[in-house]
Amino acid sequence: MELRPLLITNARLLGSEIGSLLVTEGRIAALNPNETPDGTETVDAKGQWLAPGIIDLGVFATDKPAFHFGGITRAALMPDAGPLDDPGLVERAAKGGKPDLWVHPVAAATKGLVGKELAEIGLMKSAGARAIATGRTRIADSGVMRRVLAYAASLDLVTIIHAEDEGLTAGAVATDGEMATRLGLASAPAIAEAIAIARDLALVEETGAPVHFRQVTTARGLDLIRAAKAKGLPVLCGITPAHLFLADTAIGDFRTFARLSPPLRSEDNRLACLAAVADGTIDVLSSGHDPRGPEDKRLPFAEALPGMAGAETLLAFGLNLVRDGHVTPARLFDMLAATPARLLGLNAGRLAVGMEADLILIDDGTPWQVDAKKMAAYAGNTPFDGMPVQGRATAMWKGGLRVR
Amino acid sequence: MTSSTIRPASDYPPGGDAFRHRHLIGIAQLTPWEISYVLDAAEEWVDLNRSGAAKHDDRLAGLTIINAFFENSTRTLLSFEIAGKRLGADVVNMHAAQSSVKKGETLIDTAMTLNAMRADAMVIRHGSSGAVQLIADKVDCPVLNAGDGRHEHPTQALLDALTIRRRLGRVEGLTIAICGDVLHSRVARSNILALTLLGNEVRVVAPATLTPPAVDRMHVTTFTDMDEGLKDADVVMMLRLQNERMDGAYLPSAREYHALYGLTPKRLEKAKPDAIVMHPGPMNRGVEIDSSVADHPTRSTITEQVEMGVAVRMACLDILTRRQRGVAGWN
Repeated sequence: MELRPLLITNARLLGSEIGSLLVTEGRIAALNPNETPDGTETVDAKGQWLAPGIIDLGVFATDKPAFHFGGITRAALMPDAGPLDDPGLVERAAKGGKPDLWVHPVAAATKGLVGKELAEIGLMKSAGARAIATGRTRIADSGVMRRVLAYAASLDLVTIIHAEDEGLTAGAVATDGEMATRLGLASAPAIAEAIAIARDLALVEETGAPVHFRQVTTARGLDLIRAAKAKGLPVLCGITPAHLFLADTAIGDFRTFARLSPPLRSEDNRLACLAAVADGTIDVLSSGHDPRGPEDKRLPFAEALPGMAGAETLLAFGLNLVRDGHVTPARLFDMLAATPARLLGLNAGRLAVGMEADLILIDDGTPWQVDAKKMAAYAGNTPFDGMPVQGRATAMWKGGLRVR
Repeated sequence: MTSSTIRPASDYPPGGDAFRHRHLIGIAQLTPWEISYVLDAAEEWVDLNRSGAAKHDDRLAGLTIINAFFENSTRTLLSFEIAGKRLGADVVNMHAAQSSVKKGETLIDTAMTLNAMRADAMVIRHGSSGAVQLIADKVDCPVLNAGDGRHEHPTQALLDALTIRRRLGRVEGLTIAICGDVLHSRVARSNILALTLLGNEVRVVAPATLTPPAVDRMHVTTFTDMDEGLKDADVVMMLRLQNERMDGAYLPSAREYHALYGLTPKRLEKAKPDAIVMHPGPMNRGVEIDSSVADHPTRSTITEQVEMGVAVRMACLDILTRRQRGVAGWN
């Protein structure tokens, strides 16, 4: 199929002024162009928002229907399934969604994600890996972690870190507090996160290696990140909407859909996370998409596996942050697209000339209700079941090609 | 705290309104008067159980009760079995060790299988917190929680409350010390809920490593010094210390635990002179409790607790099956 030039008119660019955008040969050619090439197809956005397609940094499954529903054009796939510790597996994962969804594999930092021996990071980079990650757990051995960071940095790859101290969190399925105690669930103190972050920041300071803490969910963890950024360390951090909009009360009645990793935190910590989104400490908003069926979730709480299907609700909860005054629309799309693109080294994620034309139109006002039984994802394990939200992607282009 | 809209524990509404629950999952769902209602009902069964040869009532005749125990138990299982049989029900026991649970069948599938056998009530024990509620949500009959993980063990709390009430004449306004491995104890959680709900001062006396986080949010005061925690207590409730806690992870050794937290005659002197000593059993004599205290003829209530257990479970089985049996006022 030949690509015709595309002009999207009457759109609010990144949710602000009305403008238009021209796409030729799959790339953004001009903003508010004065003239357009012959044969240009014109789409009237009717005042809807025009934004870059979401680049979802850190998903656990390639789940195209969910990503397309959620306005996600690219997803960075975490290495846990597989695990992605071999160039062949990375190459195959990279082809997983093409052409209408691009999957960027994140390579396992260590063989088998066991945290002992370096994986073939260089070969996996050649095979298409855009970053490396420690997976669902951290690397316990500080010596191994130091070598991983230094080695990845020499290959210009960011290391994506899960920050929880394994000694404190062993066996725990919730955060210490009244909720866990009343339910009789094994829990760990919230400082398990700050302890892990503190170690890795010391290693970053020593090696100069760039890192991204995929989820920082506690006030103390965020304070450490804030201080590290003030020192100029190459540190980014992210969060998912769950820790911004839910506290540990959501696990009441043993709701396994709210069993997450890291676990939901106290209300104080939730508010600290919102403040960190507002002050710019948190750089990335991602879905952590991890669809899990009844075989993994319809179990007693402690036996259920952690994770949530988040791809479909990511944009709507991002728009909540705008509506509640925590971020501007422009900053929201920095968190959802521009910063992830920079981290992964992609020529995408912004409405700028020369970028890949991965675009979405958003009706920011459409009300809808999250319904676990009617999700596009292959499992409906959302802790937001039943919640009313507003705003969804109404159209989507990947590389200038209409996807939906 | 008191409000005119809160019904006192001694005053429960008539008919089915006295206990408005389909299941007995935990004390957390109950009101003070619902607890009193069960205790009053149990009193009658105590009398029947003591009445010599004819310890039988046929009100549950024709009903099938399944005791599904996914975790080992001797006394609770036996207690429920006797309770069901004294009420004339057909009682069937399922032990996890003999069941398809070991073959990888999920808990829900097992529950649906039991449900298809048309049980009229299920009594369930499971090692995982929340497992009993999970089953209750899927089956058509009343479910009684016989202990789920560290979460709740409601019939134990009810039988403890009944024991206290019979011994001390009331179960309100008392000072009650719950001592031992509170962190891992469902008995402690259910008792904290029941006893605070009924208006007692509840203390948690435990080593720091076995005190649940934020347990003060359950309206208890915490002590790590046992002598302090027992001071002027009306009731000393000991908990069983599981052997696996003594291996160094939570506690250095059994003998150190005994030295710091064992209930000795000397330590018991800190409590009120007529304070009673309770233990849910089975006991580790010489670890959490000395034999001379456990066997004390007037102060130990340990065998009485076992007796009250049967009566309380009879009351619970009776009350929860009234809807199926078409008892007037219980729709």
